[in-house]
Formats: sequence, C-alpha cells, structure tokens
Amino acid sequence: MDHEVSKGDDILFEPLIHTGRGFYVIVAILLAVIGVGAYGYLRQLIHGLGVTGLNIPVFMGIYICNAIFFIAISYGGTLTSAILRIVNAGWRTPITRAAEVITVCALLIGSLNILIDMGRPERTLNLILHARLQSPILWDFIAINLYLLCSMIYLSLPLIPDAAILRDKLPTPGWRRQLYAWLSLGWTGTKAQKRRLEIGISVMAILMVPVAISVHTVLAWMFGMTTQPMWHSTILGPYFVIGAIYSGIAMLIIAMAILRRVAHLEDYLKPIHFNNLGLLLITMTLAWLYFTMAEYLTTFYGNEPAHMAVFYAKWNGEFAPFFWVQVITCFVIPFFILAFRRTRTIVGTVIASVSVSIGMWLERYLIVVPTLTYPRLPDGWGIYRPTWVEWALMAGCAAGLVLMFVTFTKLFPIISIWEVREEREKEAIQRRIEAEGAV
Amino acid sequence: MPRWGMVIDLDKCTACQACTVACLAENNVPFAGPEQAAMGRAIFWHKVITDLEGEYPHVRARFIPRPCMHCDDPPCVKVCPVGATYIREDGLVMQDYDRCIGCRYCTVACPYTIRSFNWYAPQWPEPMDQHLNPDVGPPQPTGGRGGPEVRPKGVVEKCTFCVHRLEKAKQKAEEEDRELTNAELTLLPACNQTCPASARYFGDLDNPKSTVSQLARSARAFRLLEDLGTEPKVYYLAEER
Repeated sequence: MDHEVSKGDDILFEPLIHTGRGFYVIVAILLAVIGVGAYGYLRQLIHGLGVTGLNIPVFMGIYICNAIFFIAISYGGTLTSAILRIVNAGWRTPITRAAEVITVCALLIGSLNILIDMGRPERTLNLILHARLQSPILWDFIAINLYLLCSMIYLSLPLIPDAAILRDKLPTPGWRRQLYAWLSLGWTGTKAQKRRLEIGISVMAILMVPVAISVHTVLAWMFGMTTQPMWHSTILGPYFVIGAIYSGIAMLIIAMAILRRVAHLEDYLKPIHFNNLGLLLITMTLAWLYFTMAEYLTTFYGNEPAHMAVFYAKWNGEFAPFFWVQVITCFVIPFFILAFRRTRTIVGTVIASVSVSIGMWLERYLIVVPTLTYPRLPDGWGIYRPTWVEWALMAGCAAGLVLMFVTFTKLFPIISIWEVREEREKEAIQRRIEAEGAV
Repeated sequence: MPRWGMVIDLDKCTACQACTVACLAENNVPFAGPEQAAMGRAIFWHKVITDLEGEYPHVRARFIPRPCMHCDDPPCVKVCPVGATYIREDGLVMQDYDRCIGCRYCTVACPYTIRSFNWYAPQWPEPMDQHLNPDVGPPQPTGGRGGPEVRPKGVVEKCTFCVHRLEKAKQKAEEEDRELTNAELTLLPACNQTCPASARYFGDLDNPKSTVSQLARSARAFRLLEDLGTEPKVYYLAEER
C-alpha cells in the first residue's frame, strides 16, 4: 500500500489539519448544552430522582426512552455497515466509517442513560458482585457491554491502515502522532498484514450481527418478560430490532448529509448513496408498519380489559396525539417521500430521516409510559410530566453524542481512505475487463 | 416451615384506613407532604384501594385493603438483577435497602403496584421525627438493612408483613417453649392489630388448623389477579351482596 496521499483525497484530511472558527463555536454550544444537563444530573444526584417527573406508578420515563433511542441509533450504524460488508456492496465504502463511529458514540450515550435512570448509581458494581442471571437487566448489562466491546473493535480494525497513513503523513510529532502510531499497530501494508486485516474485519462483521440483534432483543425483553399490559408480548423483541435498524439508518442519513455539506465530501457521498440508503429506509418503513399493525390488531382482537385500557389510551385517549403523530412521522411522511424516485433525493431522504427519528422517539415513549400509567389494579391512574431536569439531560446526551462525533472527525478521516482507494482500483479493473470483453 | 399469609374479610372491613395509618407509623414510612403526594409520590406499604364497578345508576364501590401479596411466585424477585429483593423460606418477600441499585424494575414488574421508591431522602415533620420506631428488623441473608429501619433515598421498599414483630414473637414463643397461637398470630402485623372491625387474620397457610388456612379454603375466598399465576398469599373474603 502506498502511503502517499493522492491529491484527490486531500479533502479528507482537511478537517484534521485545519480547524475553523465554526468548529469552536459549535463545540462551545455543545459544551454549554452538556453543562446544563450536567447541572441537572448534579441536582438529581444530590436530591434524588424526585427532581424528575417520575412517580407511582410511572416509575420509568424518558430516561429509559432515551436509553432505547440512543442504543437504537447505534444499531443502524452497525447493521448497515456489517451487513453491507457481508454482502460486499461496493457502494458502502464511503459510509461505513461514519456508521461505525455513530455506533460507538450512541452506545456510550445510551448506556449512560441507564446509569442516569438508576436511583443508586454508585452501587452499579452490585451488578457484578451480586449478579442474578435470571434478571433481564443482567442480560442487558452483558449484551450491551459485549456490543460495546465488539463495536469498538469493529471500528478500530478498519482504522488501522488509515492510522498508518496519518502516522506517516502528519508533519509534526506530538500526542496525535503517538496516537496514530499506537492505533496503526505497526501497519506497513504488507500482503500478510492485509490478509489478516481482511479476515479480522470479515469475522467481526459477521459477529456484529447476532450481537447487535441480541442487544435490542434483550432490551425489549426487559418489558416483555413482565406481565404488564401491552408489554407482555412476543413481538416486542423483533419489534425493537426492526425499530432500531429503522432509526439507526435514519440517523446515518442525517449524519452523512451534514458531513457532506460541512466537510465538502460531495465527491464521496453521492446522491446514489442517499438513494440506496433511502431504499433501505423505505423497506424498514414497511416492516415497521407491519409489526405495528400485528401488535395492535392482536391486542384489539384479544380484547383483554387490562390491555384495552392501554390500547385505548393510545388509540383515542390521552396518548392519542403522540400515537397519531408517531404513525404520520414513522409511516406516512417517509413512505410518500421515499416511494418516488423524484423525491428520493438527498433533501428528501433527510426530511424522511428527521421525521423517522422523531417518530421513533415517540414510539419508545408510547411503549414505556402508557403501560405504566394504566396498571392492572384500579389504584388511580398515573400522570407523568417530565421535568426540566429530564429534558436537560436528554439535550445534554444528544449534544454529547454530536460532540463525540465531531471530535472523531477532527482526529480521523470520516471516510475510510484505504477502502475507498481499493474500491476505486476494483472499479478500474472491472472497467478494463469490460473494455477488453467488448473488444 | 410455615407459609405466612393473610386473610381480609371484606364484609367486616369498613374502609376506615386505620390499617394504613398503623402501617405508616410502625414501619417508619416518611411523610411525602401535600405537594409530593399530589404528584403520586406518597409511599404506602399498605393502602385501601377503591374499585368502582358498573355504570350509573348501577354503580358499586368496593374497598380493598392492599398489603404486599407476598406471592409464592413473585414477579419482583424474578427480575431483580442483584438479589436485593428475595423470598424467604417462610414465603415473606423481603427487600434489602443496602443492596438495591434503584433500577425500579421490580416496581414495574409487580402487577399489584405495591412497591414504593424513595424519590428523596426520607423526612418527618416535627415532632414526628422524634417518634420513629427504633426496631431494625431481623438480620437478612443478604447482609443489608431491611424491615422498618429508615431507608436512604434512591431505593425501593415494601410491606414485610411486619417481619420484625413476627421474629420477636417467634423468639419469645421459643423461649417459652410453645407454639404461637392463632390469636397471637392474627394480631401480629400492625395493620391487623389496629383493625377496629377485626376483619384481618394472619397465620400459617400450611397449617390446616390455622384460622387463615381454614378461611382461605372457604367458598368466599379469592385472591387479586389470581389468573396471573403469582400465587399471592393474601386472601380476601368476598362480600355477600
């Protein structure tokens, strides 16, 4: 592998070398939002979970919704990247890195939300010291940690050759070059190294799929394993997986569109990528509709009173506005934008993705809160109004996710340089073969 | 080994709530205050819940005193990730305040919604803070605090069938080398002792001669949400209409 950087890829190194004022402004804004969230959490640590809007019987609220939401974002990233790698889709190369970074960052933020939700975060170690494997929470704990480990490896493996390029290219020595040298693991680009890397990446890509699916399944089982109305359903595991892929792809499209604009990657992230991801997204739109219908229609026909109390609260009761906005944002808007070639543009897919992200957050809210609001015993229904602390922590977490992502783009090329080059070579060879065949 | 259970006669119950108040005092349940109570934050180990049946003009209100059901197959115990809630050999479902991580999974898994969470550090207005029950409850196999001992913020708590009173009575009977009588057992939990209508019974469900086991087998006996298979150990005697 040649370590010289061809002129064409200079743009990829641009954010690593030069930092504009815009960057600092954005980081300052993000830090301010994180600061407000941190202040909210400090209050919660000192006074207790009373600073939230949680109560009896609504013991869980938007912290849990956010945990599911952020872990779901992580998910689309992995699955997109891993599955596209496994099926060897050539068009994937410029987007896998971004997807893998989103995975790691979102997973960290998602698991942070679980810690935020705990009444006694300082006792987290009890999960190891007094672990009870029978509890679905322990399944979550194991699955999420395994997933985090795997996705970090999966991110760092394809990073090795790029880290080597940076190690050799960066003019000034310093902590960054040290970091690149460390991450490149002595990569020189020999044939043996290349082969080993290919094997490593392939194995990890295959491993990522079951690990990722297990994470969201056990997350859903935390609800499904109880007997609570509309939680106790076999569809919940697969429903969460579908939803996670759905919102994950949506977030990937949004991140790519922003990157394309801000880092001037028009030559790498082309309309074809948005078109293909748009097609993936509409597949998930239909899958989401199918699962949602299966869930609600089954509940409706079963007509059990405890379940129907929750069902009607969503259908035409106090949660109806959220429910129907969810249907519009998760199905109507993305479906009609993505179904037509003319609207499946970059702008179109981004609008659809923003809509899906909002809708999928609402979906989690509609799974967690209405069930808790209508418990089986007629002991007064609950009312849950999230407080500023909860909203501040949600904003802080979102800002934290963006900050991690932005920091990454400052340290590493967000497009896998060596893979893009390899893909280009492959295409050139393909063209040559075709040209010869024509002769 | 006994299997402790409770029987509540709904025909005798006047819904006076004396049981609820006795429980608050006996078990050092903190004061929520009007604001927090309106938010649904008031902790009750025991509560009298109202069940409205039918539609106007055929409305019927039922009052159901509701302690912890101490299920034989408790959903809360099944889901606890750290074993902070567990079922004793004699069937009491207990909570260890020092091990609980405050994840509140047990509170949402309980179909009876009997579990409470400490949203804030507990507090009592003067002079109530001078009158806390000094009893600490029996030592737990998990090693932490349980029973009426004052709870810290951020943990879950629940009805214990007044386990501290039970253990004391058992110890006393053992010293005197005798069995606990039906009359003694029935008045053992604070809620039962205070019941002006004598509507509540407590005892060993596995002892065929005990009052509770006989009442539990009566035709009027039923349990809450029986079809969920949790096997609650609190029986109710239905009202004769």
